[in-house]
Amino acid sequence: MAVTQLVGAKIHRREDPRLITGHGHYVDDLTRQGTAYAHFVRSPLAHARIKSIDITDASKSPGVVGVYTARDFKGLLAGTHPAAPAFVAEKKFVPERFPIAEKEVTYQGEIVAAVLAETKSQAADAANLIQVEYQDLPAVMDLEKALQKGSPKSHVDGPDNVCWDFTYTGPEITEAAFKEADVVVKERILQNRLAPVPMEPRGVSADYEGFDKKLTIWMSSQNPHFIRLFVSGAMGLKESQVRVVSPDVGGGFGSKISPYPEDYLVPTLSRIAERPVKWTETRTESIQNATHGRGQFYDCEVAAKKDGTLLGMRVVQYVDVGAYHGTFGAFQPVACLMAGGAYKWKGISARTVGVLTNRVPTDPYRGAGRPEATHLVERMVDLVALELKMDPVAIRRKNFIQPEDFPFTQNFGLVVDSGDYDKALDKALQLIGYDELRKKQAELRKQGRYMGIGFSTWIELCGFGPSAATAPATGGIALVESAQVRVTPTGSVIVYTGTHSHGQGHETTFPQIVADQLGVPYESVELRHGDTAEGTAFGYGTYGSRSLAVGGVAISKAAGKVIDKGKKLAAHMLEAAEEDVVFEHGSFHVKGSPDKSKAFGEVAFASYGMNLPEGMEQGLEAVAYFDPPNLVWPFGTHIAVVEIDAETGAPLLTKYAAVDDCGNIINPMIVDGQIHGGIVQAIAQALYEEVVYDEDSGQLKTGTLIDYMMPTANEIPTILLDKTITPSPTNDLGVKGIGEAGTIAASAAVINAICDALSPLGIKHVDMPASPDKLWKMMKEARN
Amino acid sequence: MKHKVATTVNGRQHEHEVEPRLLLVHYLRDNLGLTGTHIGCDTSQCGACTILVDGKAVKSCTMFAVQAEGRSLVTIEGMAKGGELHPIQQAFWDEHGLQCGYCTPGFIMAAAYLLEQNPNPTEDEIRKGLEGNLCRCTGYVNIVKAVQSAAKTMSATPAKKATVTAGGN
Repeated sequence: MAVTQLVGAKIHRREDPRLITGHGHYVDDLTRQGTAYAHFVRSPLAHARIKSIDITDASKSPGVVGVYTARDFKGLLAGTHPAAPAFVAEKKFVPERFPIAEKEVTYQGEIVAAVLAETKSQAADAANLIQVEYQDLPAVMDLEKALQKGSPKSHVDGPDNVCWDFTYTGPEITEAAFKEADVVVKERILQNRLAPVPMEPRGVSADYEGFDKKLTIWMSSQNPHFIRLFVSGAMGLKESQVRVVSPDVGGGFGSKISPYPEDYLVPTLSRIAERPVKWTETRTESIQNATHGRGQFYDCEVAAKKDGTLLGMRVVQYVDVGAYHGTFGAFQPVACLMAGGAYKWKGISARTVGVLTNRVPTDPYRGAGRPEATHLVERMVDLVALELKMDPVAIRRKNFIQPEDFPFTQNFGLVVDSGDYDKALDKALQLIGYDELRKKQAELRKQGRYMGIGFSTWIELCGFGPSAATAPATGGIALVESAQVRVTPTGSVIVYTGTHSHGQGHETTFPQIVADQLGVPYESVELRHGDTAEGTAFGYGTYGSRSLAVGGVAISKAAGKVIDKGKKLAAHMLEAAEEDVVFEHGSFHVKGSPDKSKAFGEVAFASYGMNLPEGMEQGLEAVAYFDPPNLVWPFGTHIAVVEIDAETGAPLLTKYAAVDDCGNIINPMIVDGQIHGGIVQAIAQALYEEVVYDEDSGQLKTGTLIDYMMPTANEIPTILLDKTITPSPTNDLGVKGIGEAGTIAASAAVINAICDALSPLGIKHVDMPASPDKLWKMMKEARN
Repeated sequence: MKHKVATTVNGRQHEHEVEPRLLLVHYLRDNLGLTGTHIGCDTSQCGACTILVDGKAVKSCTMFAVQAEGRSLVTIEGMAKGGELHPIQQAFWDEHGLQCGYCTPGFIMAAAYLLEQNPNPTEDEIRKGLEGNLCRCTGYVNIVKAVQSAAKTMSATPAKKATVTAGGN
């Protein structure tokens, strides 16, 4: 196989044979001998004081191993849930969080008791017999009311409901821009709260072996090393005593990054009961307890000139933090730093306010902050265009950061690495047939039909990230990535990565890189991940579209080190000077005499033998860390076409086209798959999904997949894709990230199309989800 | 308290004493160790647990194990034969119809029934035919392509078609 063939090729996934035949290894598929099953009793109320918990009947129930409340875990579990600084180092109030409530429950679903039994059903039966007496407290639900003086508090002992209130840049920075403005548009833009709904709910299985003092945890996680760090710390164990295994994971979307109460409780229950303990989340538990995404609103003003030149933006972000600070919950304010989008601005002022409520905590959800930023800026730009009666394409072109501007330092000092925004826009216009669509729209309007075309010329920062930026954000650990490449005596290669694949296809793509680089057959390269007992000292996990741009580059660096050592050994074997040895197409040869060569496999075998150069150790393996010099910046253009039923208000997405640029591509099939999935997740936000709580009682009203409207194949149109390729100058592979692109881009395109469709009625802005009843009411009101 | 249930699963006969409340999906996973059938919800929305019961696609969380008495079941584990993938499995692989893979067994079983009922479905018919199954990764694009491609393969080689529902016999 020619060496340059694999990178860039559509290689079918190695993961698939086991997954399509039913032989995957998801955490619920594994059960240890002697396992006891855990069932958690959860608060039915959003906010209440726990008066008493009576476990008498439950303890006598058949098959029960034990019933436990907060008191039983005190002394066995220290500390609170970690709250990373992320983008807001200064917090006003971070409520303490013990994994099981003792005196006060602060959201519906918070754990108050645990049952262990011989079978799942016995555990559930016993849990029903636990009597908890609550004293109801007012639930804090509305962000604005929560900020008012005298508001009830989400935690009775807290000072107020402000988790953070941080100004990145004050309004003074935009004064000149607003003074110069011909028009100012103003809008409040909502971000509906979303449930991530990975198809596999979470699950934790733990086995604490008391005599060895060793703990093994099998769980559905996006970053097992961070879980090892958090859980070992809380349980008073050394990291070296804990092994975390995340086998096949059925999707994460951000909801399997942070530690959860069960991640601490299940291992501790195993320690208490001295036997393996297993817990598998139900879907209802998942929607109720897995961290939610979005849940924000923005007050935004934009100043522009008559000719469409964008001047200044003022934005205040309000984040519904939920009842506790999600471990990476303060990541969402990155939306402020990205609010300028693909455009040049004289000034942007930004402030973020995190509000504590009695809902489940929010945390990163696919895109995390960047979908919100795109939605905000793309909506605001359209509002300016509408005000100036400009074509949405023209206003975008006028304000784009231009190819010659890169590297471009944007308003918050972030350096955008590379891009060609017009090129992607041009291609997308062609792909969807823009001119024809506008003609068709004009005709349909004459017939009283509401068809609209919506744009999203999105950009993204991802690939977290440079140590200087990320170490302060996590509280000390830089989000670099590690890799190990090990060559066996027979020349096969095992690659260990600290990233985690839960659908992304790393088992396929990372070996593509290594096989090309080492010139060995693809089949002889294996990837290992998801087990803290294997590979490098620390892995940083998968989120923020970082696996390839950071982890892939680390792997490539490690492979480079293997080649370096191989060269030294080959020089010795060929009796040549090291600087005269060249490595090409999987073999080392002397410069100018390609027949004088040693194949990679021969060198690998020799490295385990006795005839080594002076001072060289045996073996052929290397560890590398990659600390990227910058984040990477994918971009693209998405165009949605929507028709809204004049009678019912039902929006029908009729066409969708996306042209995305993620730099160099390792496997185009996987890239397209990531984009498809991302787009549909954002279409879902735009049209269907919303976590709804009762505004008075704090009761979750969308606790099942009956009420939480995740789209099926039947709601989704065909999606047209194309690409441009602008390599990133910040890493050797020239790659960016693509895991979140679709989700970052698509909601704005859909909502802009809806607003365009309804513009003849004078409707300027529609919030998500744009459900038929919402649109019907707006249309009815507008017609009156 | 316990009831006897005798079933044929993927061509093999089984007999167990089970609690009447035991769901069929739990029976498959916990009693028979057939963990390829997944659980993705508790309200019969997601379709991850879809299997064939006497040739018909059924969400196995909607049946009690005791209701499977005397029935012939096919789960995802029964689709490949002698190391050869079923054309629908092959099509999911070829068309990148899966990412995390959790919903995949359910989609493959639902597709098997769909193609049994309608060997040459239109794109619309596929989308409607699969609306009992949820996927969070693929946006359904490549799932639809996979079913289209499987339909083509299966109608070109009628012998393959026969294996769709004969898995249990």
